[in-house]
Amino acid sequence: MIINTTAVYVLWLREMKRSIRAKSRVVGALAMPLFFLAFLGLGFNRMGVPGLGGGLKYIHFLVPGILGMSLLFSSTFAGLSVLWDREFGFLKEIMVTPVNRVSIVVGRIAGGTTSALIQGLMLLIIAMVIGFRIPGPAAFLLAFLFMLLIAVTFIGLGLIFASVMKDMQGFGIIMNFVMFPMLFLSGAMYPLKNLPAVVQMLSYIDPLTFGIDGLRGALLGVSVFPVLFDLLVMAAFSVVMVVLGAWFFERSESV
Amino acid sequence: MDAIQVENLTKKFDGFTAVDDLSFSVPSGELFGLLGPNGAGKTTTINMLATLLKPTSGRARVAGFDIARNRDDVRRSIGIVFQDPALDGKLTGRENLEFHAMMYGLDRATRRTRIAEVLELVELADKAKILVEKYSGGMKRRLEIARGLIHRPRVMFLDEPTLGLDAQTRRHIWDYIRKLNKETGVSIVLTTHYMEEADYLCGRVAIMDAGRFAALDEPARLKDVLGGDVVSLELDAASESLSDQVRKLAWVKRVKLHGAELSLTLERGDRRIPELIALAQKNKTTVVSVNLHKPSLEDVFLHFTGKTIREQDQDQNERGRPSRGPHGGRR
Repeated sequence: MIINTTAVYVLWLREMKRSIRAKSRVVGALAMPLFFLAFLGLGFNRMGVPGLGGGLKYIHFLVPGILGMSLLFSSTFAGLSVLWDREFGFLKEIMVTPVNRVSIVVGRIAGGTTSALIQGLMLLIIAMVIGFRIPGPAAFLLAFLFMLLIAVTFIGLGLIFASVMKDMQGFGIIMNFVMFPMLFLSGAMYPLKNLPAVVQMLSYIDPLTFGIDGLRGALLGVSVFPVLFDLLVMAAFSVVMVVLGAWFFERSESV
Repeated sequence: MDAIQVENLTKKFDGFTAVDDLSFSVPSGELFGLLGPNGAGKTTTINMLATLLKPTSGRARVAGFDIARNRDDVRRSIGIVFQDPALDGKLTGRENLEFHAMMYGLDRATRRTRIAEVLELVELADKAKILVEKYSGGMKRRLEIARGLIHRPRVMFLDEPTLGLDAQTRRHIWDYIRKLNKETGVSIVLTTHYMEEADYLCGRVAIMDAGRFAALDEPARLKDVLGGDVVSLELDAASESLSDQVRKLAWVKRVKLHGAELSLTLERGDRRIPELIALAQKNKTTVVSVNLHKPSLEDVFLHFTGKTIREQDQDQNERGRPSRGPHGGRR
């Protein structure tokens, strides 16, 4: 099936216009990771969390974790936004057009990824204002690649949920039983080796674990796994999630 | 060529049959109406024809294309106005139209002329730069009609185009629909549960009830089934002799004496009233009041389904409409 670039562009454009017009939503989405960064950072910085590696300060350890968290939430919500379109009827308008379904999925992913990345970059800039340092352009580009893969992976996941759920009622369940466990299992806020071995096993099926580890490798030079390994795992996760997301989306009925 | 051909179309939701073995065709250029209460299966029928729902069984062709096998060709040939608004409120009117035009692959120059054209048609050119969430219900409806026309569809589906609009806006939209059908020659299928709407607009009307067609014909001929107008004469006292005399008149089809009220079914009732009053006077009976009732599609609906459309709506509400979840929407 050939990707309809005009359709991808216009779907992306719609997403951009919507986010620019919903400034309060962007501010709100930035507030949570910033609070986490500020209060966890201040609260634990002096305690000396064990196992950070490389003589890191806790707040520096935390920055890639909170970046991953911000990407997890904004991307999953971007995938789930199909539910809003279903609620407001706009999904029907999209689905009745002669655009192939793969292009519609690609358009959504393009829009959602851009919004998530912009938020991530804003967060990174704020972190730099309060003293976080990125080693150099190469490190930044590598981190950006990880951000991209995290965003794409979780938009795919959001699309799967949106296609299965039909309405917004399951939203709380997904929030509490999928997204928060994924966040805590990923080692965003503490080193994974501080978790019991059994729980660590669960961490290894959480894509965010490898995403955040990769971000730490890129930005801090400290990671549990080799960065290349993280990169390959994230690439695999993103491909699988996008294919599954497209597959579920294609099969869901839009009315 | 027919705009729509439907053969044995059926849709079941978890054992509930929403559309039951429907067969009909709509010739090109016709304004065809589906009339029925909520839950009769009108929207489900339209959603299947618009490729949004897969039929459980049966076949249909829209603009010559099979709805199951040539979905993209069908999508390219149709325009649709959904029952519930399907606009992006965070975009302006023009942006909503632009989005649609690009999804249909129109180039920049064509987009500009067509959008100007349809905005003119629905008289929204001066409101095009306002966010749609600030539009009134009538403006949203008009914008959706405009949007459905941008890609010049051969078949247009209008699902309850005037639901929830005030009388003036409704008239306005009726006139658009007529003008549209006449000027562009687009075939139009509309669903409604307003009798006047079907009567005023449609060349043919299908009366739909519980997933099936109870009747299908021109509004005038559907009304003919009822045998004509009903003239009710309220008399000062019951008069058997008058009723017997009236019964002998060739142009009176049915006579009913109910207490002091004499009801007659006849054609062209308005022209016969003087004669009837004269006859009553000869009989020394005084006519207290006269009531002339021209048959409406409401009566036709009652005749074919045994219920008024309002009673049907209530029944549906009590039984609970079949829907998936609280936002499943009406079908």
